[in-house]
Amino acid sequence: MSKTLIRGAQVLGGEARDVLVDGETIAAVGEPGAALPADGAEVVEAAGHVLLPGLVDLHTHLREPGREDSETVLTGTRAAARGGFTAVHAMANTFPVADTAGVVEQVWRLGRESGYCDVQPVGAVTVGLEGKQLAELGAMHESAAGVVVFSDDGKCVDDAVIMRRALEYVKAFDGVVAQHAQEPRLTEGAQMNEGVVSAELGLGGWPAAAEESVIARDVLLAAHVDSRVHVCHLSTAGSVEIVRWAKSKGWRVTAEVTPHHLLLTDELVRSYDPVYKVNPPLRTETDVRALREALADGTIDCVATDHAPHPQEDKDCEWAAAAMGMVGLETALSVVQQTMVDTGLLDWSGVADRMSHRPAAIGRLDGHGRPVAPGEPANLTLLDPAYRGRVDPHRFVSRSRNTPYADRELPGRVTHTFLRGRATLAGGEPA
Amino acid sequence: MKRHLISAADLSRDDAVLILDTAEELARIADRPIKKLPTLRGRTVVNLFYEDSTRTRISFEAAAKRLSADVINFSAKGSSVSKGESLKDTALTLEAMGADAVVIRHHDSGAPHRLATSGWINGSVVNAGDGTHEHPTQALLDAFTMRRHLEPGTGGGLDGRRITVVGDILHSRVARSNVLLLHTLGAQVTLVAPPTLVPVGVATWPCEVSYDLDAVLPKSDAVMMLRVQRERMNAAFFPTEREYARRYGLDGDRMARMPEHALVMHPGPMNRGMEITAEVADSPRCTAVEQVANGVSIRMAVLYLLLGGASPGEAPAAGTSAAPSAAPSATLSAPTTARTEETDR
Ligand SMILES: [Zn+2]
Repeated sequence: MSKTLIRGAQVLGGEARDVLVDGETIAAVGEPGAALPADGAEVVEAAGHVLLPGLVDLHTHLREPGREDSETVLTGTRAAARGGFTAVHAMANTFPVADTAGVVEQVWRLGRESGYCDVQPVGAVTVGLEGKQLAELGAMHESAAGVVVFSDDGKCVDDAVIMRRALEYVKAFDGVVAQHAQEPRLTEGAQMNEGVVSAELGLGGWPAAAEESVIARDVLLAAHVDSRVHVCHLSTAGSVEIVRWAKSKGWRVTAEVTPHHLLLTDELVRSYDPVYKVNPPLRTETDVRALREALADGTIDCVATDHAPHPQEDKDCEWAAAAMGMVGLETALSVVQQTMVDTGLLDWSGVADRMSHRPAAIGRLDGHGRPVAPGEPANLTLLDPAYRGRVDPHRFVSRSRNTPYADRELPGRVTHTFLRGRATLAGGEPA
Repeated sequence: MKRHLISAADLSRDDAVLILDTAEELARIADRPIKKLPTLRGRTVVNLFYEDSTRTRISFEAAAKRLSADVINFSAKGSSVSKGESLKDTALTLEAMGADAVVIRHHDSGAPHRLATSGWINGSVVNAGDGTHEHPTQALLDAFTMRRHLEPGTGGGLDGRRITVVGDILHSRVARSNVLLLHTLGAQVTLVAPPTLVPVGVATWPCEVSYDLDAVLPKSDAVMMLRVQRERMNAAFFPTEREYARRYGLDGDRMARMPEHALVMHPGPMNRGMEITAEVADSPRCTAVEQVANGVSIRMAVLYLLLGGASPGEAPAAGTSAAPSAAPSATLSAPTTARTEETDR
């Protein structure tokens, strides 16, 4: 069994420690220079680096099967390793849709074969994401993939009865319905956040109320049937208020925010550059501030990337013709460092909580989101928070480059990622 | 002036006045028997229309031809080029053909901006209407028409004049460009519409908003009626055509409440019986037909100033005597030169 000694890393941003990984587990954690049984171990000098539990993403579009031109499970999991992730939840809006045990098992198996990152498939709530008939949720749960999170992401489960039934049904196996909250009628032809900027640019507006009204309905339904609902990519200040209220009632609602909604605003759309086109759309400064505060105080449980790869031709065009979405795996931790850590809103143990512990708990993922302690699985992320550099999309290992951060300076860099003791990233490059 | 005309916001007051003044000069030439100037000889102007608009295309075509430019009409409507990449590919093709200016009409807001800023082409881009965003040459011809009637002469703007724009503001590129340009020219703009047809976010625009047409009419120097599509009714923007016409349409009774000198304007095509009655449309106060004629002069001025502003080294070999020099201040003299040439013939 191989051994790795990570020397002098700040565990969760705290005191420097030596961490010995033996095989698939953390064997020992000691003071720097402590006599750990490290003979024969590969040494990683990590002074000044921060050691976190491996990151967990609740919201990743890996595109396979069906859109391998934009991403595959292999390229997507390599990008995940690059970003410090040891587990990702693969969204169901593939071709074919992941609405059967067969498709989720296929994705799950491709993840195991890749070896870069655990891939936990998300199952569709309804057949073909059509919002009409429940998919075989039980079969997907009982499959080898063991699906726990169900979502029609990309589309909203807008029928209140279907949503209620899904919430009730998944209680049988402690599942959770992750809702892409978007009232479809209110967002017909929507191109960007509805407000001052959309009025000037003449682009169809996506009102905050179209998200908030669905979230309000869903938390009430979840309360009524005592089930778990998870809010995908929450993006407005009003949504924060609703989730805060629902949590104050003790209802089982959780929520995620994307890195881009923590950093970017709709002012960027003035360029009409489709790299800023995303769903839900970039919102306002007020929303960004509310999202950061909510992530800091725990109202928003976690950061999820909504990594959405698209081929170049789907962005190299006029705004209305462009696809919605941004890649995010390889830049997520840097954006969180800039918006949450460097601003003093969250410390590194808070980052570990929001990007590892809590998303793993929501997805009921075993072996992830665990403490950095002896006997735990060695799923670890090591980053250099002092690093400063410009984002160069040509260096991405993702198959797609539709990032809104090209040439932007972002702090921090993941240098090593360990998946059950094996380095999937070493020296910043996939291994 | 900037190299492109994408938004009315691209124009400073000086730019806007220069265009209006240049259009006045060029309009005088249009009254002569020989309307053609050699100014843009050897230059290529492409009309790239992704959306049907015979009126606007013909207006730009006439303007370019009167300046002796080579005109290529490229209609993308109905052909296989309707999605994304095609704009890029088309742009690269036009660039290879040496287009000096691309006049683009597009159903998507922002397409001209994208064309101008993507690095796909080097020529000037003129926005001939994009989605529900802007239509700056329409605003210029509207301002030109207003100035002729309300503030005759050159060199000035529309300071203190009160302009009312009525109708589907939400979906109107004409309204957006007019608000920006008229504000730049010193006018006070009031938008009138049912609240459903006013964009959320209008509060930051440099204008007033009213839901009461009758209250605004007596204080208006010009009232611009926008076309309202009957189909908007189906999306519940208003209950019925009749209710819209009653509350926001301009009929003879309402026109009588306007000041004596006030103009009725319409960018066309008119929906008679909807936003405007036949009585008003056919009245001498309605400038709709005059606006069309003024459109050619304005578009001549825009093409002339954008293309004439290129570096002197790029001046065409033919007609050099008439080619405007790089300095904007010299542009007024250029039409004079052109007139001379015309007399020479
Ligand atoms: Zn989504």
